[in-house]
Amino acid sequence: MILIYLIAILIVGGLLSWFAGRRSKLWPRYISLAFLGVDLILSLSIWIQDASQVKLLPAQAPKAWIEEVDWTWIPQLGIHLHLALDGLSLLLVVLSIILGIAALLASWKEIDEGVGFFHFNLMWILAGILGVFLSVDLFLFYFSWEMMLIPMYFLISVWGHERRVYAALKFFIFTQASGLLMLLGILALYFIHHRLTGVYSFEYADLLGTPLSAKVGLPIMLAFFVAFAVKLPVVPLHTWLPDAHTQAPTAGSIILAGLLLKTGAYGMLRFVVPLFPAAAHQFAPIAMILGVVGILYGAVLALGQTDLKRLVAYTSVSHLGFVLLGIFAWNEWALEGALMAMICHGISTGAMFLIVGQIQERTHTRAIDRLGGLWATIPRLSGAGLFFAAASMGLPGLGDFVGEFLVLVGTYQQHIALAVLAAVGILTSTFYGLRFVQGAFHGPNSHRWKLPDLDPREASVVIPMAAILLWLGLYPQPVLNTFKPAMQRLEEYAGRSSAVRAQPSDSARNEPPTAPSDSQEMNHER
Amino acid sequence: MLKLLWLMPAIPFLSSLMLIIFGPRLAKRSVAVLGVSSIVLSALVSAVVTATFLSFPPPGNAFTQTLWTWMDVAGFRLHIGFYLDAISVLMTLVVTFVASLIHWYSAEFMSEDEGYSRFFAYMNLFVASMLTLLLADNLVLLYLGWEGVGLCSYLLIGFWYLVPANGAAGRKAFIVTRTGDTAMIVGLALLATQLGTLNIQELMLKASAQWPVGSPYALAAALLLLGGAVGKSAQLSLQTWLPDAMAGPTPVSALLHAATMVTAGVYLIARTHALFALAPLARHAVATVGIATLILAGFSAITQWDLKKVLAYSTISQIGYMFVALGVGAWSAAIFHFMTHAFFKALLFLGAGVVIDAMDDEHNIFKMGGLRKELPVAFWTFLIGGCSLAGLPLVTAGFYSKGLIIRAARASQDGSPALWLLAILGVLLTALYTFRMIFVVFFGRAKIPVGKRPGYRMTIPLVVLAALSVVGGFVNTPAALGDIHVFTDFLNRALPNWIERPAGSITEMGSEGLVTLAFLTGLGIAYLVYIRNPRYADALAEFSISKALHQFWFADWGMDWLYDRIFVRPILWFAHFDRADFIDSVYGGVARLSELTYFALRSTENGKVRWYAAGIAFGAVALVSMVLFL
Repeated sequence: MILIYLIAILIVGGLLSWFAGRRSKLWPRYISLAFLGVDLILSLSIWIQDASQVKLLPAQAPKAWIEEVDWTWIPQLGIHLHLALDGLSLLLVVLSIILGIAALLASWKEIDEGVGFFHFNLMWILAGILGVFLSVDLFLFYFSWEMMLIPMYFLISVWGHERRVYAALKFFIFTQASGLLMLLGILALYFIHHRLTGVYSFEYADLLGTPLSAKVGLPIMLAFFVAFAVKLPVVPLHTWLPDAHTQAPTAGSIILAGLLLKTGAYGMLRFVVPLFPAAAHQFAPIAMILGVVGILYGAVLALGQTDLKRLVAYTSVSHLGFVLLGIFAWNEWALEGALMAMICHGISTGAMFLIVGQIQERTHTRAIDRLGGLWATIPRLSGAGLFFAAASMGLPGLGDFVGEFLVLVGTYQQHIALAVLAAVGILTSTFYGLRFVQGAFHGPNSHRWKLPDLDPREASVVIPMAAILLWLGLYPQPVLNTFKPAMQRLEEYAGRSSAVRAQPSDSARNEPPTAPSDSQEMNHER
Repeated sequence: MLKLLWLMPAIPFLSSLMLIIFGPRLAKRSVAVLGVSSIVLSALVSAVVTATFLSFPPPGNAFTQTLWTWMDVAGFRLHIGFYLDAISVLMTLVVTFVASLIHWYSAEFMSEDEGYSRFFAYMNLFVASMLTLLLADNLVLLYLGWEGVGLCSYLLIGFWYLVPANGAAGRKAFIVTRTGDTAMIVGLALLATQLGTLNIQELMLKASAQWPVGSPYALAAALLLLGGAVGKSAQLSLQTWLPDAMAGPTPVSALLHAATMVTAGVYLIARTHALFALAPLARHAVATVGIATLILAGFSAITQWDLKKVLAYSTISQIGYMFVALGVGAWSAAIFHFMTHAFFKALLFLGAGVVIDAMDDEHNIFKMGGLRKELPVAFWTFLIGGCSLAGLPLVTAGFYSKGLIIRAARASQDGSPALWLLAILGVLLTALYTFRMIFVVFFGRAKIPVGKRPGYRMTIPLVVLAALSVVGGFVNTPAALGDIHVFTDFLNRALPNWIERPAGSITEMGSEGLVTLAFLTGLGIAYLVYIRNPRYADALAEFSISKALHQFWFADWGMDWLYDRIFVRPILWFAHFDRADFIDSVYGGVARLSELTYFALRSTENGKVRWYAAGIAFGAVALVSMVLFL
């Protein structure tokens, strides 16, 4: 039930904010903040409970789901309102709520018109995102996937910057088109499953292990992959991202970079590989190459930007390349690394958008050649910017490093050349990180900016985010532990019906035993 | 008392954090107290730890302190943990002590600066990172310190951020060193994959057990680590950042870019010496890099006119000596030279700081002159430091540490006569550029009136370091000159001795004699050209070949130019060219196409009945023919 509450609180909070917005500009903010606070407490309590249970009963095999709720929705079609939460979803849910609060506080002053409707959209996007992270019914998943899209479209097109309509439309077309492709994939899987078993079901657990021949499996897998690849984003499907991120209001950028991109990565982890292990295995080298291309190409694009926000936007392309690489390297190192990279990218890049937003709020510009030398006038904000840029550059001691390092080691075990190229990506992150710092904070203050420094409200967002990065950089173990059972289960699903890829001896101990390939059996049945 | 170990990096880290948070509000005096005292405290902890280590050696001559588990993935455990053995005892002692003196000096040197608290915040963060680097018990934690010092180096080089050139120098330093780090992190991945651990001691044991001498894995791993070391220690191919790094405040140059950070590469190789022992080829590479760097940088140093850049090239060249020592397996000789170099090079930079301050920020040595009488303390200490750097025989520390390396270059199994002779040529070059600098700055006639004179907070560190630059060498002397080997004996607890070449070895005295001769030659040339007869220099400059050579050496053998053409410009050009992302134009093209299609179709809807009738007829014909023919 708690899972229903998590989502329902956001939906109700959003509606209340909208109504309250007619009365005052302040009410929606407080209502949203309160509802998000309740959600945060709920999600953290699940985490604490889970962590203490693992500690108390370490010998017990972990349950499949930490929390689960399963209601029948449309029985004729086998559609359920089935939400379930494991370590992976839990971490992403907590991240969503934290970034939701950050986004809310970031727009406290920035948004001054349509405040009620703005908060309605914000809360509903978050509800959609939680739905994506929690749904284990593929129909419900698709429903949530679309549900987060529409409020996001409004957020960009109503409260965005100069080219908001263009950016919002582009974002919408890219995600919608690829989402429809996924819908086709879901339906194909649904009907194949029906033909084999006689049961109509959108249930994740039922569809897992559906035997698919290579000829059918690969296209369906690709349909899913493309949908998630657009969100992630994977080069060459990334071009909606810089426009959407740049034009969105700060809250939108934080949620886009911190969460929406993560839904793509989540989809790959939860669906692409476990549902289509054989096809994913076949496709893995290409996906890994795409990951490396994203890392390097995104970094070079970031380096060339003259718009501070656009620069940060392109860094996401580079960082998420590591996530893609890690997911398709698919071993314990790489998966733990990919998850850490997802979470830390959410915090660090979210914080960078926050900083850029605060700069823009003060100077009304994002152009690097109009900025510079801000350290002299706003040292605290600049120091914070430097901190998050350092995290983005993969400085060890901060969270992003842990993720990228683990992905690198995991990738090295699969493919040395790609690991070397990805390591170059850590170097290229220095290019844009330093350009960010130099462009905004260092150099001469040639435009004589005199600005107010961080105020307490802003500091109350920035400082916790910095603290989280430091915590994850120096003691990531709680996150890794929470993810571990979920990851082992995913590995098990992926291993059940495909040849497990070869592992070097040292790290092979966690691999489930190799099962016979189902794809051949499938051929017999046809 | 060894349990106090963790305090050593923790105290500077905490003080840095406090300075970052409260610094801007504190008075300068409190900032200085907080900034300096934390380093002094750290040095005291280091002294206590050293004393304990000496009087009650821990079992196995090593002490491990595990604080908490950092990462535990796939049965692979990394700790935040410290490892103390003879190498780290010695190096932390030198680093904290020299850092205390430099901080003490900076308290006065930086007192006019607006970013006073920022300066100490960065400097303390640097010391914390450096100590983490030295004490780390695994390579990832070492990498944390390694990148931490890199970040501090970037921030401190660009400390005066209002000048764009300073920022550029800082970025260059960070990017060039990180190029080497890329190799290093691949090396870490290789070691983790092949040996299943990154704990340094386990790694060395496993490597020695699993890999035979000459194993390709050992070679690859050693070369990749060498890549990191070459970047951080500014050795040949990645040395270009260090001369530019002189844009930072002088105490920064003294602490980071002379005494401590740049020797991190030396430490890394000494720390993983067991791995290098398995890869003779990698050791040869280390020695070759070292010797080439020391000669090339020596030539460059002769041609510089910027006082700090002479010292920068000198640092590159002296670290070359340490690399030579590492390459021939004389691990403790490298650490010995690290120590003496930390003393005399910190001294020289701090002295240069006094001089540059007195000259109203003038860096050009040819605009200085005659400062001998005006700045007596700076002169005498600078002279002592210079003599130690050049290796004035018998009385200076530099003579003994360099002598040990030069001897090893010949006597070790991995040494060779060529290596040895080139190392002696290096002595000649060192003496030449050192005394050129001293003669031009302190002798001759005065050109600029002396402005600021140093106070006691700046002169005390000079005197202390001058004393150390002399006595620091007497801990290890050759057989004929006292035969003391306290230093190498101590380090032998952690580092093996070099293997003597069986025959054909030159006598110690012969080697030291040649070193002395080289020193005197260098000194003689400098005296001839810069004091006795300055016209010689002008006469030399007449020849076009010497002019060209001068230009070439001055520009660091053209390497900056080369890298600019090969790497920097193409990358920047592409980033600039592809700013709008050519992939986006594909999607733009699709959008444009659908727009055009829309216009084309719209134009058919023109309200003319004849057109519609023709359209219907044409469509009908097309349909019928399709049915018929397909």
